[in-house]
Amino acid sequence: MKRYLLNTLRFLTAAVVSAALFKPSHAAAHLVTTGMGPVYDGIGHLLLTPEDLIPALSLAVYAGLRGRVPGRRILFFFPFAWLLGGFIGFTAHTIPAFPVTAFSFLMLGLLIAADLKLPDTVFTGVAAAVGIMHGYFNGIALKAGPGSLGLLGIMVSLFVLVAIIAAFVLSLKPPWARIMVRVTGSWVAAMGLLMIGWFFRGQS
Amino acid sequence: MCFLVLAVYLLWAPSAQAHVEQGQAVGFITGLEHPWSGLDHVLAMIAVGLWGAQLGNPALWVLPVTFPMVMSLGAMMGLLGIPLPGIEIGIAVSAILLGAMVLGEVKPKFYIAAVMVGFFAVFHGHAHGTELPPGQSGLLYSMGFVIATGVLHGIGIIIGLIHRWPVGKLALRGAGAFIAAMGFFFLWQAVA
Repeated sequence: MKRYLLNTLRFLTAAVVSAALFKPSHAAAHLVTTGMGPVYDGIGHLLLTPEDLIPALSLAVYAGLRGRVPGRRILFFFPFAWLLGGFIGFTAHTIPAFPVTAFSFLMLGLLIAADLKLPDTVFTGVAAAVGIMHGYFNGIALKAGPGSLGLLGIMVSLFVLVAIIAAFVLSLKPPWARIMVRVTGSWVAAMGLLMIGWFFRGQS
Repeated sequence: MCFLVLAVYLLWAPSAQAHVEQGQAVGFITGLEHPWSGLDHVLAMIAVGLWGAQLGNPALWVLPVTFPMVMSLGAMMGLLGIPLPGIEIGIAVSAILLGAMVLGEVKPKFYIAAVMVGFFAVFHGHAHGTELPPGQSGLLYSMGFVIATGVLHGIGIIIGLIHRWPVGKLALRGAGAFIAAMGFFFLWQAVA
């Protein structure tokens, strides 16, 4: 009986989460036109979209906190996950109504603030999930404009950004410097919480 | 040569890129300005930093980490329409108690300090985090708001570094007395 109730509860939770994820909302594509071609448009899109830029930087910061080996793995894995998500996004027509970006902020901010030592495989999974989700949104936004070249620009900038930021954080030796990094993580998490609130209020 | 390159770059005619986007940057600036606009909020934030500096590690950084996160939770409650009674009184009491802690150099266990700071942060978040002007970006407002709050804590911590010197210790306790007194003033305004 108890197992039946648990299974029902799991099914209902999965159904609610799936419904929230796939409920279509209006597309809020925001394209940046640099006038220098689709690759630069993609780079501009990433650099001028805080919804994407802050989670990417946060992931790089967390990779730096985790050390050399996870950092190296993420350096290659994360941009490719983003690219994959982008290609999936090219085939989609609607943006899920679920505040995915806000949860990226919250999750990555908490990981940094707590300096949580996730196992490498879990961390790689988190990076893949973040990359695919944000790439998916980018794919929807970019398919009408810069297309796959724009995605390529994003991928290259992600590689460079992750390399620089993760290496910088990795090089921080004084304890106070790592604490400063963790404080900024708490700020990112705080922004995520506020974004969830704005989402439910309809002002995201 | 550099000037020539710069001149060519500046005079190069780019293609027209009409891109009207209202309220985005304004949202960030509004969020950045908002915590500075109320003396009650400013004093409480600085008091958190001052108290953290008196308490030393780990409270020095745990308090400024706790406050913005719990404050955002309070703001989220406000955004979801969850009512919180006595907000103004809570903010005034936060200034009184935090000022009193600085005045008395009270040193409880750091988690007790974190719970206390977190409790009052809910009131500050509920009161200030939800005041986004229409048409502005919620994300950018949130970014500005959280960054400004963090900067206020930082100012408090930097001022609190005078705690190393005997005269500085005394000055810090004086600052605590001032904050507590202002708290009583805010309380009087809230209940009057």
